[in-house]
Amino acid sequence: MKCEDAGQVCDKNQYKEASFWEKLKLKVHLLYCRTCREYTKKNDKLSIVFKKSNLKIMSLHDKKNLKEQIRQEITK
Amino acid sequence: MFKNQLKPNLWVDKYSDYLFNFTIIKVNDSEIAKDLISETFLAGLKSKDNFKGEASERTWLTSILKRKIIDHYRKINSNKVKAEVRITYSDEESEGDWLEEQLSDPYDKNAEDLILNTELGTAIHNCLDNLNEKHALIFKMKTIDNFDTETICKEFDISPSNLWVIIHRVRKTMIDCLNQNWF
Repeated sequence: MKCEDAGQVCDKNQYKEASFWEKLKLKVHLLYCRTCREYTKKNDKLSIVFKKSNLKIMSLHDKKNLKEQIRQEITK
Repeated sequence: MFKNQLKPNLWVDKYSDYLFNFTIIKVNDSEIAKDLISETFLAGLKSKDNFKGEASERTWLTSILKRKIIDHYRKINSNKVKAEVRITYSDEESEGDWLEEQLSDPYDKNAEDLILNTELGTAIHNCLDNLNEKHALIFKMKTIDNFDTETICKEFDISPSNLWVIIHRVRKTMIDCLNQNWF
């Protein structure tokens, strides 16, 4: 496994979207690759930080409505 | 001197999530938050000639939003007159408007984790500000709202591998940006 692929599997794994084989290959890769180990550590931390932040986002639907409101107001 | 300019057609993409989180912490209701933000944008458009370009667009919109939140508190408060709830200083020595002071101070919450969340939230939004808007939005939908890959790909008309390249780029940028204070 190349580092590039390892990084991507590591990302997918943050969203529970890595397959069993991908995870296994990543684990093997991490045994000998320090750079990817470092990235994995930070990537896990980023996920934790986001969970802890408890951020919310507005839905695409609400955003579209808001944009439409602004557009109408501008063209008035 | 460089002056900031208002670009209302980008407001929703750039600031709606920041303002949404700011409001939710104060009013604790997403429907009310949405209304207040909508009012804020419209008020911003009406008074855009007052913008002198000294503050950033986000700061300026936030200050309008703060006024809207204060108005909202006042409205709730006046509905509670029967219960004799008055949200202001009761002794004569304390000057000023209690409501406004509560809002002007970002460290006004007792709960420590809420302070942490507000600071962390701001730090995250500051980092997201440096990103391409579409990339930031895709990342937020995936990370905060946990949308599945297929839905996002459809919405933005991109392939899954495009999506993962974007996610990787954003995660790396976010790690670098948050690294100093939060890791």
